Amino acid sequence: MKYILMMHCPRTGYDTFGAWPKKDIQTHIAFQKDLDKSLRESAELVSAEGLASPHQAKLVCAGKDGTPITDGVFPESKEFLAGYWIVEVASPERAYAIAARASAAPGPGGTPINIPIEVRQVMSGPPDELL
Amino acid sequence: MISAPLDARAEHLLRELAPQVLGAVVRRFRDFASAEDAVQEALLAAAVQWPEEGVPDNPRAWLIQVASRRMTDYVRSDMARRRRETAAALETDQLAPAVDVADETDQDDTLILLFMCCHPALTSSSAIALTLRAVGGLTTAEIANAFLVPEATMAQRISRAKHSIKASGEPFRLPTAQERSERLRAVLHVLYLIFNEGYTSSAGPHLQRLELSHEAIRLTRAVRSLLPGDGEVAGLLALMLLTDARRAARTGPDGELIPLTQQDRTLWDRKAISEGIALLTATLSKGSIGAYQLQAAIAAVHDESARAEDTDWPQILVLYELLKRMSDNPMVMLNHAIATAMVRGPSAGLELLNALDADGRLAGHHRLDAVRAHLLEMAGEHQAAIAHYRTAANRTTSLPERNYLMTQAARLRESTTSPALGVKGTDQ
Repeated sequence: MKYILMMHCPRTGYDTFGAWPKKDIQTHIAFQKDLDKSLRESAELVSAEGLASPHQAKLVCAGKDGTPITDGVFPESKEFLAGYWIVEVASPERAYAIAARASAAPGPGGTPINIPIEVRQVMSGPPDELL
Repeated sequence: MISAPLDARAEHLLRELAPQVLGAVVRRFRDFASAEDAVQEALLAAAVQWPEEGVPDNPRAWLIQVASRRMTDYVRSDMARRRRETAAALETDQLAPAVDVADETDQDDTLILLFMCCHPALTSSSAIALTLRAVGGLTTAEIANAFLVPEATMAQRISRAKHSIKASGEPFRLPTAQERSERLRAVLHVLYLIFNEGYTSSAGPHLQRLELSHEAIRLTRAVRSLLPGDGEVAGLLALMLLTDARRAARTGPDGELIPLTQQDRTLWDRKAISEGIALLTATLSKGSIGAYQLQAAIAAVHDESARAEDTDWPQILVLYELLKRMSDNPMVMLNHAIATAMVRGPSAGLELLNALDADGRLAGHHRLDAVRAHLLEMAGEHQAAIAHYRTAANRTTSLPERNYLMTQAARLRESTTSPALGVKGTDQ
């Protein structure tokens, strides 16, 4: 079964991260690389991406004639998707365990940031024989 | 290197030869994990060279030779590595291992390989991947594509599976008489899962998975030719043929699911149905009976009905009762409830579903809601049916199935709501 693990953060999260001491940033990056490596080794990784800073993020709707109308104004409280992992695992518990590990990524001073990770199943199951 | 693709006959030959070549190389070098890699490389080499140079006179010997050369390379580089690491003495005997007597016979190692690939130490997803590669002769890329995961992930899964087999210390021979029936059951289960993966997922955009059902049928045919007297092997092959026969009718032009009762039965594959029924009849006449044979018999009853309303449900009910006695599977109980409803009416079926609620193993499973919705609709309880169709739609993880269930709920809502009252669409 496939799950997507989504890490959300407020827009300010990106700026805060950039303000960490160099050593902490490096520890954090090393942690992410390690996590990626271990998901490859356990043959569970389907894909993973980190998303660029939301400063240039746009909300797009189609106008009456179908042309894009863009809006870059977001409420202060808005949470942005910072990155995601798609994993293929044997059970939901395993997906939660990976999410917990990702959540405990090290922050300033190496303290786990315990960022919430939204875990959702991907619609990839087989259909039943229907009567 | 870009070259012409292999023609279908050569590709078929490669697939047929894959387990024989692997068996020979394992016997010669006694290292299943490396031999499996070497054979995969030999198959890839054949796929590149044969279209240009033609199929060799003795393709089996060609493949064994190429794979053996790779093995010698592995052994050499492994020895060089070990020499560097430990300055160990040359183990010259490994370079030119004695040729096993059995090596030169035409003995088919397919069965031994299947037992290894479906080893109880493996998870089913690992066993499936390894079986398709080592016995089916599929490339890692093809398997990854069929399961919609990256090739590197599939390669790693196969490599871990081989590591687990190595760690289990399984010798390269058939299982002992005592463990044989249980191990055969594991093999049949893996083949059944491969078939199902291909059959149930061929709806929608994932047409490439279709190949998996054909591969499962091909491998089960191979097992059947090696164990012609086994009733369950025949039963599984019959079940696959009788189910796969309905494939063309199972989905509509846009990949939407079409339930059995509404399928265009003229699209069913008569040849596959006749073969499945002949196989089943021959097996049942020997007096053996097993779960796959019973499931095949149920599929045969459906396949033999020219119209859905001609279905011999009393016969199906009897078969499910036998199956229920044989296995404590909640899915069997669920199907038994459907057959009961078809014979004794929806309320008898719904009563059995209540027993399944109490059982708890299907709690929260979309299939229980979907069947309940269906039986409630039969009973004329449309509002309750709509609610259960929608619960089932929210619980399934299959996109085509969710679309089907949502459409069912909408159809029933519109047919039960009087348009004159203008309350259409209030059920949001």
